[in-house]
Formats: sequence, C-alpha cells, structure tokens
Amino acid sequence: MQCVASLRTVGLLLRFAKPSSNPPVDDIIQKGRISSTSEFFSFPCWDFMGHSSDQRESPSHDRLHAPIDTAPTATAAEEDGITTTMTQDGENEAPKHRMHAGSDESTATITPRKVDGKNHEGPEQRPPLPPRPSLLGDRPSTPLSPSKRPALQSKPTTAVSSVDIQTLSFPDGSRGTFAAPGSRSVSEGRGISGGTSTPSSRKVSQNGTEFDDSTSLMSYAPTLRANGDLASLLDEGLNSQSPAWKLLSSQADNVNPFETIYDEDNALFNFDHEFDEVEAVDSKGGNEEQVLLQWKAKLKHYLILSSAGKPIYSRHGDQNLINGYIGIIQTIISFFQDGKDPLMGFTAGDTRFVVAIEGPLYFVAISKLGESDSQLRAQLEALYMQILSTLTLPTLTQLFTNRPNTDLRRPLEGTETLLSSLADTFTKGSPSALLSALECLKIRKSQRYTINNTLLKARTEKLLYGLVVAGGRLVSVIRPKRHSLHPSDLSLIFNMLFEAGSVKAGGGENWIPVCLPGFNKTGYLYMYVSFINAHDGEESSSNERPSTAGSSPDDEIAILLISADKESFYELKQMRDDVVAQLENNGSMDIIRGAVRQGRPSTVDIVPGTQLRHFLYKSRANVQFMMPSFSPDFSSLLARRKLMSLYHNLHASTHAKHSHVKVLHCVGRDSISLAWTTPLFEFYCVAGPNASRAGLAQGANRVIQWVKREEERVFIIGGAVF
Amino acid sequence: MAEATAPKPSSSVKLVLLGEAAVGKSSLVLRFVNNDFQENKEPTIGAAFLTQKCNLPTRTIKFEIWDTAGQERFASLAPMYYRNAQSALVVYDLTKPTSLVKAKHWVAELQRQASPGIVIALVGNKLDLTNESSGSGDALGEDSETDAAEGENDDGDARKVSTAEAKTYAEEEGLLFFETSAKNGTNVTEVFTAIANAIPETSLKGARGPGATQSSANRTEDQSRVNLTGPRDSASKEGCAC
Repeated sequence: MQCVASLRTVGLLLRFAKPSSNPPVDDIIQKGRISSTSEFFSFPCWDFMGHSSDQRESPSHDRLHAPIDTAPTATAAEEDGITTTMTQDGENEAPKHRMHAGSDESTATITPRKVDGKNHEGPEQRPPLPPRPSLLGDRPSTPLSPSKRPALQSKPTTAVSSVDIQTLSFPDGSRGTFAAPGSRSVSEGRGISGGTSTPSSRKVSQNGTEFDDSTSLMSYAPTLRANGDLASLLDEGLNSQSPAWKLLSSQADNVNPFETIYDEDNALFNFDHEFDEVEAVDSKGGNEEQVLLQWKAKLKHYLILSSAGKPIYSRHGDQNLINGYIGIIQTIISFFQDGKDPLMGFTAGDTRFVVAIEGPLYFVAISKLGESDSQLRAQLEALYMQILSTLTLPTLTQLFTNRPNTDLRRPLEGTETLLSSLADTFTKGSPSALLSALECLKIRKSQRYTINNTLLKARTEKLLYGLVVAGGRLVSVIRPKRHSLHPSDLSLIFNMLFEAGSVKAGGGENWIPVCLPGFNKTGYLYMYVSFINAHDGEESSSNERPSTAGSSPDDEIAILLISADKESFYELKQMRDDVVAQLENNGSMDIIRGAVRQGRPSTVDIVPGTQLRHFLYKSRANVQFMMPSFSPDFSSLLARRKLMSLYHNLHASTHAKHSHVKVLHCVGRDSISLAWTTPLFEFYCVAGPNASRAGLAQGANRVIQWVKREEERVFIIGGAVF
Repeated sequence: MAEATAPKPSSSVKLVLLGEAAVGKSSLVLRFVNNDFQENKEPTIGAAFLTQKCNLPTRTIKFEIWDTAGQERFASLAPMYYRNAQSALVVYDLTKPTSLVKAKHWVAELQRQASPGIVIALVGNKLDLTNESSGSGDALGEDSETDAAEGENDDGDARKVSTAEAKTYAEEEGLLFFETSAKNGTNVTEVFTAIANAIPETSLKGARGPGATQSSANRTEDQSRVNLTGPRDSASKEGCAC
C-alpha cells in the first residue's frame, strides 16, 4: 500500500482499462508487474510536473489525466501482486512448478537497482521507502502451489518475476537446476522476459532524474551503476543523467538517439556479423572450436525440428554443428510434453529460449536481443506459417501421420532461403512484423482510386486477389467482397518477393503455388508475379533482370495476381499486360515510380523542426502502419536494430497481457521514447536523449495530426472490392 | 504472347526446362536470356516464365520458356508446363550421377505424356567444374586435357557422369545432347539454336524455310492435345491455316 501511495505521489499512474475492485488473479499479477515497470516509464508525468504547460491542449493531455481516477485500481493490484509474481512465464500458462536456477544471480543483478538490496528481506520487512523501487523488488516468488516447492523457501525469494529467474518446470513437480555461472548476467534475460512482462525493466534508473519527484534519486545511484554489464541496447547510465551532466548535455540538444556508443553496448557488438555465414567444419574437424565460437556468437537462433528429433531448419550452422543441440532441445521439450505442462521457454544466462509446438513440429527461438516471449512466439508462428505455405496443413499432417520420423527437409527443400530471410527480417527488426501490420505506399487518394479502378476493370474471372506492391509496400488491392487479406499471408508473400531473392532474381514472370494459411491452410493458391523496374520505366519481364544485389528491394514494383485455378496463368498474364498498359496510359505507373523513388519521408519532412527522430504509427482499424524513413539517423544495421529493440520494448510493455497501459514514456541514456495506444492507433516514437519531454509529446501530437490529415494517402482504407 | 509484328517470319515455341533441383536450369535460362550468371542463385519457386528470341537464317523463333522448380514437391505441377510444349530441356548436373537418373525419369515421362512431336534436349550442365578446356574461361581445366569419358580419374575434376554414357543414352532415346556451362556460357546458345532448328517446321506459324525434320502427322497429334489458351494455341491454329 505504501508503494501505491508513493506511486501516486510521483505521478506514476497507470491507467487500467477495467477498473475493478476485485480484479481477477491474472489481472493482479499483471498489474503488479506493470506497476513495477512503470518505474521507469514516467508515463504522463509531464502533466504533473507543471513544466510542460504548453502541452495542456494536446490530445494526449486529456488522456493523461485519466489515471488519477483509476489509481485505486493500481492499489488493488499492488496489494495482491505480492502473491502471484511467479506466474507469468508463458502467455497462457501459469506454470506451477518452477525451478530457480541461479536465481541468486538474477535477483542480484536486478534488485540493487530497485531497493539497494533491501528487498532480500522478503515482504514482511519491506521498507516503506523508497517507494517505486520497492514495488519491483519485494514480491516474493510465491508459487501458486507453494507446498510443492518447499526448498525455495529457504532461498532469497526476491525474484521480481519469473523473467528474472532461470526457470525450468518439471511436470512432476520436481525442479531441475541448471547452474548459471556467477559471472553471467541476466540482464538480457530480463529483457527477454515473458510475454506478459515488460522487457525493459532495466530502465528503472531514470525515473528519479526525469521526474521531479521528491524521492532521493541519487541514493540509488551506486547500485544502479553496479550493473555495468546490464546495459545493452538501450541502457542508461546514471552518470549521463546526473544533474551536472544534464546541465552540460542540455547544451547539446541535438544528440540523436543511439549516437553515443557505450561500452556496455557490447551486447550488439557483433551485430554487424550477425548475418555472416558460419563456416562449415572442415573434414578433419580442425576448426571446430572456432566454428562453434562463431555459432555461439550469433545473437539470434531459430531451430525447427520434428517431435521425433529430426532437424528441419536452423538459421546458423550446418547440420553437423547443430545436430547435438537439436538432440538436447528435443529431449528437453519432449520431457515436458510427456507431462501436461508444455515448456514455453526458459532463460540461460543472458539468452532467452522460447519454444512453440505446432503439431509434430517444435520451433525454438534463441535470442539475446531482448525481445519478449510473445514477440518471439509471433516470429516462430511466422516461420510455421512459412512451412504451411510451402506444404499446406493436410500434407504436413499426412507426412507425419504416415511416418512420424519423416525428414521434413526433403519436402521443404529450396525454402530454406525463405525461412532465413524471414528470420533475418526479425533479427534486423521489422516494424511490419512487430506491429503485425502492412505498410502502404503514400499516394493521393484519387491516384489510388484510379489504380484500383484500373485493376477492377481489367479483372478476369479467375482472379481472387489482385495487388500492386512497390518495395514491399502496398499500392493497391482488389479483392472479392467476402474475402479479406490477412496481413500474415501478405507478409509471407512480401518476404518471398522482396526479401528472399528467389523470385526477383529468377527473372521473367512467375507462377507460384502458394498456400496462404490465413486464407485457407488446406490448399494452394496460384500467384502470378511480374516485376516492373521502378527506375528505367521498362518492364523487366524478359530482359534486364537485375541481380539481387544490383537493385534494392525498395525499387521494385510488382503486380501480383492470385487465383485458385492453377491453369489460369495465361489469363492472369493477359490481365497483367492490360493492367500495366493501362497504368502506363493513365499515368499511374509514373506516379507509383515517383512515389517509390521518393522513398519514405523523413521525420523532419513530416513534422518540421520536431525533436522526434523516428516513429511508428499503426492504424488499428486498417491493420496498416506508417513510418518515416530510417535514414538519416538509423540507416546503419546496428542503429536500426537498436531502434527496433526500443520499439520492441515499448510494444511489449503496452501489449503485456492485462497491462492496459495507454501511455508510456521511457527515458534512456541514449534516447527518450513514447508509446501511446488508443482504440484507433498505436504510436511509438523516439527522440534523442536530450530532447525534452514536452518536445517529444508535441512531436507525437503533430505526427498524429499529420496522419489524421493524410490518412487516406498513407493507408488503404477499405480497398477495392468486387 | 504470340507476336505477329516482327519483320522476319517469327513463331513462338514453347519450351520447358526439367531436371533435378540445383542442376542449373535457371542459370542456363539466365545465360540464354540475359547473358548473365549468378553464383549461389536461390532456388526457383514454382516456375518462371521468360521469353527470348532466337534468330535463325530464315526465321525468328521466339522461345517461351517455362523454367520449372526442380524440387520434388513441384513435380506434380510439371504436366501443366510440358503439356503443350514443343520442346523440352532436360538438365542434369554432370558432377552428380543421381541427377542423370532423374533426368532419365523426366525423359521417360515426357515421351509418355507430352506432345508426341516434342523435341527433347538432354543437357549436362556445370562443364566448368570439369577439367575439359572446351569452354572459355574454364577455371579448373588449365593443367590437363582429359578424355571426357575418364575425366573422373583426374585431380580437380568433379565430373561424375561421362560424356559417353550420357551421349549413348541420348542417342538411344533420340534426344539432342549437349554439355554446357551456364557459368562461362559454353554451349548454351548452341543448345537453344539446335532446338530451334529441330522444331518441325510445319508446326510453326509462317514456317517457310527447309529443315522440317518431322512428319506433319506428329504435328497433328500434337495439335489434338492443345487445349489451353496461350501462344502455342494461337500459333498452332495459324499453322493449320497454312
């Protein structure tokens, strides 16, 4: 209760959508945790600080007031939160039995930032102050069925959440311990917390400086600094925020996000090599050690195996290298499968393992990048969809029904590149994948209307969907009234066409059987694809097919015509010829080329003079998103990954189950950011570390106004139906 | 699509490429169509449709090429592509004996199922990996020139299928036979030119010159199988009118 009170005093208010005096247990868990995360998300604080009065009229402002009324909810949550911290590993599961391995280390790395280690005393001795930090730290890891894990009682059960703990639960109630070397840090582990938890809990530090609250900020400083190795992509060192430092750096307003490289950034040290090929072990095995090091240095791994333990796909490493690991992971997963409590994920050191089981297939994501469980799970789901897209569900099922030890690599032959490009898209960080939304090419409404009509007019009988896509962005869609397109299906198609080079580099026109699982996972559709070069204005149907390396995917305009009839190639080809001729005639093709060449606008183009450096805007109703260009600030792979990690954190925090967080303000050493969700949109933005909160909020509002004004240009609203 | 606007007598010929995965079908086409080569080309998905003109002394042949994916799971789609084809390129990798076995299967299937008059060429690709210096810019073949049939004996020679073996088979089955390198271009154009020359004149639209090597009976049977719209169809109809 004290915590809550203090929470309010510092203006850390969470707005819960469903205020209720008796929230269900899950809610409580969640809220308890969320309030802990709110420590570093100084949420609507600028309203309460009084130093951003210019924001009073802003839309966000209204929203920001709401939490005051709902603060009691937070109270309720806090009271009960104590009992239930352990249940948030899987998204749907509340695993009852957990093994805590290395929990000492994990808590040690976390707690200091929160309560200077006081929280080791357990709930009874909880110190009343400092308030916010204690919220995080004091919940003991009481399981739902405490009686089953007596041994734990003797341990310091200061785990903040399962996130911070290396857990493995065994179905029979026993616990296995895998020792985590003391030197290892769980910092990333926390980052990669359960789907319900906030991955960015390491940002705790900033609230003190950012809020003008009365809590003695500097008293935390030493412990915060203790976590040198915690820092990673977005970590903040307190030193950069010390009053003196702040004064100093306030001289330089225009520091861009992630501009300074911190020593602690070594989590991403090797990111430039992330996509390098792992060498093959030579015949004598002489370089095995070195190869293994290369393999282990990868920040992200994806493994797909059959339940019988046959390897199906691995992003890195050849078969000889991974076979042993495949065996281990299969054993672990199968062990839990035998019980009724399937393994969802676990943490080892700074690495998060997430497991997804789809029928006879096991999918494993291994990440050091700090994504949340639910985000990793969504990535695994996409890989599964890719496999379905190749085989269809009945075929897959049949293969394994007939022969449980089927080697799926054979039927999937040739699609490794699709899986890999999908995986690499995730590793690089894809706004589209993060938001599960599509991006559209920005053109005028009337222009889009013309293109739609051109497609509709040329439509042939066999056509199911017709799309014009430019550089992975939708230009136009026509579809039957009764069928909509699933973003997940489209992202599979876009991956095939624009990320993997197979189709583009092949040249000519393509006729591709593809199963779109969102549409119908039991059968194939047939997709006619023809690329048109955006630059020279010539169809590249037969000649002048540039190599994959030669042209960036953003330059390509593709016409996709999808039919359920595999014999309809020539019919669709005719339609394509008509469409292209017509688009050339009415000038639409030039408009598309112009828009493609222009690329995405930069943030400054959209909102002149803003402190924002990048943003994502997702229109929920349209399942589409809009973003400015990654350049100039995020053009490098590494900067982009850092930005995307920040977005991932914001996204995970606002989408944590039951969190109902509406506005989230996050201050980091190298950036400040804001997440804002309403029923209409989700919005995420980033500014440099020295940007003002007011500037951030103002920028956000202006972007939203801009999007509202341009809505029919940046999004396809409705689309053309027939 | 069929074109009637070219100045020279021009006719469309549908050609389908078949063969095991990764033998170099797409690379052969890329070399023929764009005179280009890509290392580590990604596998074809489904099938690609390309066109390229081939100039013969008396006429122009416009190849409409179906470059199919070699993976097993696409095999069931193959009939769609070879059904109306006048010509087929069955490709194997001369460093991989199993690919020749697969090629023989394709030949058998074509002879059973495809148009009776279909011109089939058997092509052993990746000649650049052998020691023979028949190609320009042969990377491996500097040290010695060996008999193709015994190339396997030589160091650095990756050849696993002898020329004699494949050639004998091709002769038995009445196939055109070539060994090619899509990488350095050896024999690629020759294959397509030979196919163009072997296409029965009578089955071509506007066929005028000599060189028809097949009976028109074949052609008629061929006609009976045509049942789809498309260039072949229209070309054939006009052929009838002649």
